[in-house]
Amino acid sequence: MRNPRLWLPLLVFVALAAAPFLGLGQGHSLTLLARGMIFGLAAVSLMLLVGGAGLVSLGHAAMMGMGAYAVVVLDHAGLTEAWMVFPAGILAAALFALLTGAIAIRTSGVHFIMITLAFGQMAFFTTSSLAVYGGDDGYTLFSRTEVFGARWLENRLVFHFVCLGALVACWALVQTLLESRFGRVLRASRENETRARALGFNPTPYRLLAYVIAGAMGGLAGVLLANATEFVAPAYLAWQRSGDLLFMVILGGLAGPHGALVGALAFVLVEEWLSHAMEHWRLVFGPLLILCVFFLRGGIVGLLRRG
Amino acid sequence: MAETLLALHGLRKSFGGLLVTDDVTLDVRQGEIHALIGPNGAGKTTLIHQVSGTLAPDAGRIRFLGEDITTLSMPARARRGLARSFQITSVVPSFSALENAALAVQARRGSSLRFFRAASREAALNAEAMDALAEVGLDARAATPAAALSHGERRQLEIAIALAMQPRALLLDEPLAGTGPEEAERLIRLLSGLRARYAVLLVEHDMQAVFALADRISVLAQGRVIATGTPDQIRADAAVREAYLGEDEAA
Amino acid sequence: MNTTLLLVQALNGLQFGVLLFLVAAGLTLVFGVMDFINLAHGVQYMVGAYLGATLTALTGSFWLGLLLALPAALVFGLVLEFLVFRHLYDRDHLSQVLATFGVILFLNEGVKVVFGAAPMQMPVPELLSGGVPLMDGLLYPTYRLAILAAGLATAALLWFLVERTRAGMLVRAGATNAPMVAALGVDIRRLFMLVFGFGAMLAGFAGVMAAPILSVEPGMGDNLLILAFVVIVIGGIGSVRGAFIAALLVGLVETIGRGLMPDLMRLFMDASSARQTGAALASMLVYIVMAAILAFRPAGLFPARA
Repeated sequence: MRNPRLWLPLLVFVALAAAPFLGLGQGHSLTLLARGMIFGLAAVSLMLLVGGAGLVSLGHAAMMGMGAYAVVVLDHAGLTEAWMVFPAGILAAALFALLTGAIAIRTSGVHFIMITLAFGQMAFFTTSSLAVYGGDDGYTLFSRTEVFGARWLENRLVFHFVCLGALVACWALVQTLLESRFGRVLRASRENETRARALGFNPTPYRLLAYVIAGAMGGLAGVLLANATEFVAPAYLAWQRSGDLLFMVILGGLAGPHGALVGALAFVLVEEWLSHAMEHWRLVFGPLLILCVFFLRGGIVGLLRRG
Repeated sequence: MAETLLALHGLRKSFGGLLVTDDVTLDVRQGEIHALIGPNGAGKTTLIHQVSGTLAPDAGRIRFLGEDITTLSMPARARRGLARSFQITSVVPSFSALENAALAVQARRGSSLRFFRAASREAALNAEAMDALAEVGLDARAATPAAALSHGERRQLEIAIALAMQPRALLLDEPLAGTGPEEAERLIRLLSGLRARYAVLLVEHDMQAVFALADRISVLAQGRVIATGTPDQIRADAAVREAYLGEDEAA
Repeated sequence: MNTTLLLVQALNGLQFGVLLFLVAAGLTLVFGVMDFINLAHGVQYMVGAYLGATLTALTGSFWLGLLLALPAALVFGLVLEFLVFRHLYDRDHLSQVLATFGVILFLNEGVKVVFGAAPMQMPVPELLSGGVPLMDGLLYPTYRLAILAAGLATAALLWFLVERTRAGMLVRAGATNAPMVAALGVDIRRLFMLVFGFGAMLAGFAGVMAAPILSVEPGMGDNLLILAFVVIVIGGIGSVRGAFIAALLVGLVETIGRGLMPDLMRLFMDASSARQTGAALASMLVYIVMAAILAFRPAGLFPARA
C-alpha cells in the first residue's frame, strides 16, 4: 500500500485545495464541496472498520450525530469555543462507540450489522424525544463554533480549508493505522480469524479500539457538519444515512481509505445533481445503487486502476 | 529421560450422545515426535482441537510446561508456546508468505498496539520471518501472496508460520495432506529436523511418514487410545492390527 | 397507572408483538436458511398494506381485499427475488445490505409516485368494528383483538408447519446447516423459494392487518424492520420459536415502556421534565433490553445454529 498508490489521493487533495480558485468559489459550490469532504471524512473512518477490521457497521451515522449534537448541547448552554466544542464532539462519539461497541464487538457477521443498526436507531429516537434540543424539528445553532471569539468558521473559504485539513489528517491516520502492527492484526483477523487466534491474537480488543477510533473520527465529521449547515436534526442519525455511508465506502472500493473519499465525493455530487434534475430522484438512485453492487466490484478506484 | 512438555489426562468429549474422545491420556516429551494415528473417525482431529483450545473437553486435564491449560483460550495457549498447524491450510490469503510469517513473529515480539510505524518495513520482524521461511525452503517465494502459492507451498508455509512462533511444542494436523510424493518427502525431511528443538504431536494418515518420523506412536480407535509405544511395538500389537482390519493401510 | 390502563397497554403490546412476529418470522428463516440479510423485508410489509388498502377500495370489501392482497404480495415478493435477491445469495453481507437498501429507496419512492406521499386510509371492516367489553369500564377495540387472534393462529400454523411437516423439517435443518442439507440432495434453492415466498406473504399479511390502525404511508416498513431485526437478534437467528418469544417481549417492552416511563419519571421530577426524560428513556428501553440479553447470550435466546 505504498508509494504508487498515493498518487490518486494526493491528486484528490490537491484538486480540493485548488477548487475554490478554479471557478468553484461561489457559496453554493463551496457548501457542496464542504459536504463532500465532511462525508468523505466519515466514510474514511468507516472504511477503517469495513475494509480494515471487516466490521460492517450500519450505525455510523449515529457517530456523526453524537458529534453534531455535542455542538447543539454546548450551543444551547452558550458555549461555542472551538477548544471545547471539537473535543466534546469527538469524545461524545468515542464514548458512545465504546459503550455500544463493548456489546456489538462480541458478535460478528449479521449480528453485528443488526446490532449497530439497532444502536443507531436508539440514538435517533433519543434525539427525537429531546424537545429541549428541538426534537424532531431539529435545532438551529446560534452561531458556528468560534475560535477564541473569532468567527473564522463563518468564512466559507476558511471553513473549506478547515474541512480539508481535517480530512487529510484523518485519511493519513487511517492509512497509517492500516499499515501498522495494529492494522495488520485487524486485517489478518478479518481474513482468517482462526489463524489470528492460533498465533496468539485475541481480535476483540483490537476491533473495539478500531471501533472507538472510527467513532471518534465520525464525531469530528459531525461537529463539522453541524457547522456547515448551522442546523442539526435527528434525521442526521437516521439509519438511511448509515446506509449512505456504507454505500460511499463500497462505491469507492476497499483498496484503501482514499476509495471511501472518492466514493463520498461521487455520492454527494450525484445526489446533488439528481435531486435537482428530478423530483423523485430516489427512483433512479435506488436502482443505481443496486447496479453498482452488482457490477462495480472493486468500486470506482478499481475501475480507474483497470482503465 | 527427556522432559514432558505436554500431558493429556483423561480427556473426554461427547457431541450429544456420541462419545468422541474417551478417557485419552498421553504425553509428549521434549525432542520427540509423538505420532497419533487411527482409522477414520477415530477422533484424532477432535483431540487436536481440544489440545489447541478450539474445543473444550467435557472432562480431563491438559498440562503444558507444568501449567494446567485446560480452560485457557486458543490465543492464550499460543502465547505460551503451543503452536498448531491446520489440516486444511489456514493462512491469510492476501498477505505474502513473508507477511504471514512476520505476523507470527509479531505475535510474540513486543506489543501489537503500535499504530504509527509501517509493520511491513520492520526489519527485525522480517528477518526472523525470512529465517522461518528459509527453514522450510520458501524463502524464494517470500513476496508471493499466499493465495498464489501452490498447495504444497502452502503446506510448507503452514509449518513456517508455526516455526516463526518459536513455540515449545508443535501440534501438526496432517501436514502431508494433499501433497504429492516429492513434496511429501521434502516435508518429511523437514519435520525430522524439527525433533531436536520441540515436542511434536503429529497426526498423520501417511503410514510411511509416520513410521519414518515417529519416536513413539499412539493409536486412537473410537475415541480411545488402544496402544502407545515405539514404532516396532505398535507394528507388532494385535489390538492395533484388529483396529485397522479392513482399513486400507497407505502403501 | 391503574390496572385498566395497564391491561390496555399489555394487550396493545401483545398485538404489536404479534405483528412484529409475522414480519420477523420470514426474516429469521430467510437469514437462517440462506444467510441472506434482507433489509427490503420491511417494504414487503408496506406493499402488503398498500395492496390491502387499494384492493379493499377497489372491491369495496375488506375481506375480498385481504384475500386478493395475499397472493398479490406473494407475487410481488417473488418478482423482487427474481430481479434482485437471487443475484445476491453468493455475495458478502455488505453487498446484500447495500443492494436491499437500494430496493427500499426505490420502492419507498415508487409508492410515493403511485399513491402520493399522504397517508392512505383503510377503514376497519364492519364486522370487526366496535369494542368488546373486557372489564368494568374497559371497551377494547374488536379489531385489535382480531389481529391478536389472527396473529396467534398464524403462529400456531407456522409452528405446525415447521415442527410437524417434512418441508418444515427441511427448513429447520437448513437453518441449522444449509450446506449439509444441500449435500444431502435437497434442492436448497427450491426450499429457499418456499421459505422466502411464505415469509413475504406473512409480512404482507401483517401489512394488511395493520393498515386500518396504522397509517399507510411511504416508509412505514422501515422502523418496523429495524424492530424485527432486534427481535431476531434477541430470539436467535433461524429460530421461529425465538422470534415468537422475542417479538412478544419487544412488543410489550415498547408499548408498556412508552406508557409507563413518563409516569415513572414523575416520581422523581416535575411533569414536563418527566415527559421528556420518560420519552427519551422509553425510546432506549428496547435497545437496553437487547443489549442486556446479548451481554449474556451473544447468539440470542434460542439460536438455531450451534
